[in-house]
Amino acid sequence: MTPLIKLNASSPHESARKHVSGAARYVDDLPAPQGMLHGFAVASPHAHAKIVSRDGTRARALPGVHAVLFAADVPGSNHIGPVVHDEDLLADATAQCVGHAVAVVVAESRDIAREAAALVDVVYEVLPAILTIEESIAAKAFLGSPHHMARGDVDAALASAAIVIKATARNPAQDHFYLETHAALAIPEEGGNWLIYSSTQHPTEVQGEVASVLGLPRNAVVVEVPRLGGGFGGKESQASQIACWAALGAHVTGRPVKVWLDREQDMTHTGKRHPFRTDYEAGFDADGRLTALRARVYADAGFSLDLSQAINDRALFHLDNAYYVPNVDFQNFTCKTNLLSNTAFRGFGGPQGMVVIEDAMQRAAERLGKDPNVFRVASFYGDAPRNVTPYGMRVDQPRAARLWEELSASSDYATRSAAIAAHNATSSVVKRGLGFMPVKFGISFTATLLNQAGALVLVYADGSVQMNHGGIEMGQGLHTKMLAIAGDELGVPASAVRAMDTATDKVPNTSATAASSGSDLNGWAVRNACAEIRQRMAVVAAEVLGVPAAALVFADGQVGAPGGPSMPFAKLANTCWVRRISLSSTGFYATPDLAYDREKGFGRPFFYFAWGASVVEVEVNALTGEHRVVRADLLQDVGKSLVPSIDLGQVEGAFVQGVGWLTMEECLYDKRGRFVTHGPSTYKIPTIGDVPADLRVHLLENVEQDGTIHGSKAVGEPPLMLGIGVVSALRQAIGAFASPGHEIELALPATPEAVLRAIMDVRARSAAGAPSLHG
Amino acid sequence: MNDELVVAIEVNGETVRRLVPASRTLLEFLRVDLGLTGSKHGCDVGDCGACTVLVDGVARLSCITLAVEVRGPVRTIEGVPADDPIVAAFDRHLASQCGYCTPGFVMNLIGVREDGGAPDEEALRNALGSNLCRCTGYTRILDAAKDALGQG
Ligand code: FES
Ligand code: FES
Repeated sequence: MTPLIKLNASSPHESARKHVSGAARYVDDLPAPQGMLHGFAVASPHAHAKIVSRDGTRARALPGVHAVLFAADVPGSNHIGPVVHDEDLLADATAQCVGHAVAVVVAESRDIAREAAALVDVVYEVLPAILTIEESIAAKAFLGSPHHMARGDVDAALASAAIVIKATARNPAQDHFYLETHAALAIPEEGGNWLIYSSTQHPTEVQGEVASVLGLPRNAVVVEVPRLGGGFGGKESQASQIACWAALGAHVTGRPVKVWLDREQDMTHTGKRHPFRTDYEAGFDADGRLTALRARVYADAGFSLDLSQAINDRALFHLDNAYYVPNVDFQNFTCKTNLLSNTAFRGFGGPQGMVVIEDAMQRAAERLGKDPNVFRVASFYGDAPRNVTPYGMRVDQPRAARLWEELSASSDYATRSAAIAAHNATSSVVKRGLGFMPVKFGISFTATLLNQAGALVLVYADGSVQMNHGGIEMGQGLHTKMLAIAGDELGVPASAVRAMDTATDKVPNTSATAASSGSDLNGWAVRNACAEIRQRMAVVAAEVLGVPAAALVFADGQVGAPGGPSMPFAKLANTCWVRRISLSSTGFYATPDLAYDREKGFGRPFFYFAWGASVVEVEVNALTGEHRVVRADLLQDVGKSLVPSIDLGQVEGAFVQGVGWLTMEECLYDKRGRFVTHGPSTYKIPTIGDVPADLRVHLLENVEQDGTIHGSKAVGEPPLMLGIGVVSALRQAIGAFASPGHEIELALPATPEAVLRAIMDVRARSAAGAPSLHG
Repeated sequence: MNDELVVAIEVNGETVRRLVPASRTLLEFLRVDLGLTGSKHGCDVGDCGACTVLVDGVARLSCITLAVEVRGPVRTIEGVPADDPIVAAFDRHLASQCGYCTPGFVMNLIGVREDGGAPDEEALRNALGSNLCRCTGYTRILDAAKDALGQG
């Protein structure tokens, strides 16, 4: 039985029953096709090395090995990459990072392939490697093209500011740690064509890359995605290499080939969230309002461009967060290092940008011994002229003030704040902190061309429906929302509609399911396709029922005029078929009104902004640095929610992932550029014990958005940044261990070790009566 | 080193017999040899719970259990009826997002139930601490667990 899904009503996930029964299939669960072989990548052990020679003889001699493939075996292009093709699929002249694939072994079983991988002889000549942002800056090893935004006169504003903060903000990397690791299955089909199953958020990109690697036109390659066990951006561009390894292996052997990465491979072969370093100067007036921000933003791209420039650009777009800054000068640099190529991760640079301005807020308050929210609230976007972003886009419905008002009331902020102050005054070992975080997040791909989507809807003569769209279901409930929209538009229960696996032969030229845009873009495409079919059916129904087509209502599986005659949708479908009326249609959508001039740093990159806010309370132990979130209150603006139960789940999960990023998930490379935290025993994502027992999640009410699908707003990424509230809370608690007036130096992620160091540091400065570090 | 051995175990009420490499984990045995793919690979090192099955009524991590060392009947997610109260509670509480972790949580909780008693919230949190979920914030999973097993 299909669960009950309805538009604007809390509904289960469309695959819930399949999840819970183990029937839901992911790529690695698909039945093995006849003769399937397994591929296994041989990775460079060096961060940067010339490849002197390579020899697969010993590996090929192992029984069960079918092929050992190097760069020279690639029939088409060996260069891949989502924006520019600057990565060797298989390292050719040089290996660019530890984990860069040099060869692919294809064998009867994965065990044999792995064993053979160790027998592949590659001679390297180790080259100097760049392993940090600082080394990259020193070497001027930049990728992409810098982006600059400026407004007003920053120097003058800083000169006249009441407070100037000059500091460096850093944010850590983060591994996606989707529970399903990467997998791809390449199946050769007749006529030199290909069917590729891939755990990708971007089937069109996999299609394009496989076609290019095999030297084929795109129509020779179909990519299909059943569902993902989580993506979070990590399967946007990174999936291509895995699919290409499988396709290459299948091309050479003529047999289906599967490549599945175990957790360690997944973590040591694929990129992470970008660590950033930002050097900034911020000015505030005497009322605590931001007057100026100058920022030099450096992102660690890893060894190739991947999506780093767009991610770094999104960081610039979010340096302002929810605050109006009259004078700005932002510039970004995308730094090449010989590390894994960092990639999209929920928020896509936005979180990295916001961390900077929140650092400025905290430091200003800490230095003056004031409540940081005075600075935040005073700086919110508001009415004109305080409603224009640094890149010239108008903020039409600034919601930060409303969010602060509603959330501080519902979370009992003032009372709890006083109680915490009283607690901190008497408790010497355990202190508490209460943090507030507003979020404004721009919705649309900043590369305008990507803001398009397609759908293909098929109505069968029995009234049942198949719905295809370009988006990927990765747990975020996209299919559930699309079913709700299709059911509503056709006036049939969503259970009459089947969400098909995403495939490039149904909808071509799709954008990645990313940038929180899945339901915004595909929702309109699905709706438009359904509306087209409905219109055709209405003409027939009008004839059959003898009422004007315009008077017809499609609802509850019936088609008719209110109070007049009606007929079942299924019967109408059959009648349409009999009368030779087309019952299938594509649908298309392109977001209107977007125009951004990157050269000038000016325009409208976003269709709208999604807003949210959090209040986070933490408890910190000064003896161990251990801390926990005691309570969190989240309030998110999702417009008029398409499916509230799905949206609430997204907000909660994103927040927890954000808290994980900033407090416990530590990505470490050793001095040779090896990623060493490559499993759950060394890389800690939040467990049930890390989630606050008191977690209150709400959606902002009465905020239907103009022009979006059914008045909704995107929800995938924005709430991740609610997690930044934990940093404010921790800093307050840490500060309580010393006298007021000291800026807190807290490294992120704020592990117990980092918190302990921050406490010792602020205590030492406090005891010495020293001024704040950056004072 | 990797000799083939005959593994004969009862899985979901049926005795199965397969010739497998000695190094075959129970997880691979289930997934590859029997085609029971409901148990998932999350980490393969015993740290995520996605591969949890019951062996003789006790929750076990099948990724770090060799197929040849299994003594006693194995129960996987495929052997859990649709009307099992834990399954129903997951459904009711909308406790899955991508669903990849879900079978492991369900099997772990069935193990808790087999253990008897009425665990309180603290005990359930402790029991579920061995299962990772990257999508949810665990609250609905905990709600489902409390609903199905808790003290009401
Ligand atoms: S796969 Fe067995 S515990 Fe992770
Ligand atoms: S629902 Fe995706 S990992 Fe738990």
